[in-house]
Amino acid sequence: MTRYSTVKLLLLLATVAAIPATLAEGWKALEDDDLHDPSNPAVSILQDPEEALSVLAPDSAGNKVNWVEAIRRGQIKPRASLYGDKPGKQHDSDVVMKNTLDLPFVLFPHRAHNEWMSCEMCHETLFQSVRDGNAISMVKILEGEFCGVCHGAVSFPLTECNRCHSVLRDGAPASSSGALVPKE
Amino acid sequence: MKCVIKTRRLVLLAIIVLPFAVAWAEYADVVINTQAQGKGMSPVIFPHWFHRVRFQCSVCHVDIGFKTKAGASGITMDKISQGQFCGACHNGEIAWSAENCDFCHSGIRDLETGIQGGHKTSGPGYF
Repeated sequence: MTRYSTVKLLLLLATVAAIPATLAEGWKALEDDDLHDPSNPAVSILQDPEEALSVLAPDSAGNKVNWVEAIRRGQIKPRASLYGDKPGKQHDSDVVMKNTLDLPFVLFPHRAHNEWMSCEMCHETLFQSVRDGNAISMVKILEGEFCGVCHGAVSFPLTECNRCHSVLRDGAPASSSGALVPKE
Repeated sequence: MKCVIKTRRLVLLAIIVLPFAVAWAEYADVVINTQAQGKGMSPVIFPHWFHRVRFQCSVCHVDIGFKTKAGASGITMDKISQGQFCGACHNGEIAWSAENCDFCHSGIRDLETGIQGGHKTSGPGYF
């Protein structure tokens, strides 16, 4: 076995071994999370994640909460402004991105995002509001650009490929990135 | 022997999976230690999960002006006292006031500024 193959095999074993630990990870108490100082008196006062999150719509990744579903079920009502005096904006169109090599197309739902943030969160800084105006790639997303500003950091992580790559290819030729498809 | 799994895919999988296996912090917890420890305070732990139960993302990241990169906002206690950043809420009116030092400055010493549980802590940019 070459040295290269050995490294590859070790990497594979480490990854496979890590998957169950990743899936089994629940909510750690603050004093056990390797961040909070257990000797700090506030740690016993601050809320533990499990108390707040275990009652919300469950998920398998990230905070183990389906945050979009939690709003839709009325479990939480995060304010759209500091004093809650500004209604959230409504924009409900889907964008289908077809430049995805041999992977399923990406469907971006404006509604799910708009329920969590105003337009200015993304436009015109992270994303330009023009057809084919954004050179999105998985490399850039993994480096924390475009979708990767939130997904992989605070929104559901990048291990959840199928949540974005959710539209089966129909044989249609792939457009350049970000083709806008009006909602039926 | 023909390799069943392509090396590039394996490396990508490892990059995504391995950081999760070693991080116990709650997903998206932010460590802010740009100035704290240098001024004799413990690092700040900001729990995204606690705040997003109460506020939409854009309240902080658009209206108040927090950057979406850990450590990039230039937060200081002076600014907080003047009602900027955390002080927009933590003023004794919307949320408890900034006099409760330990509530935020609750981290273990020597933690580095960054977001926990995602690619920005130990993902591709780390290698």
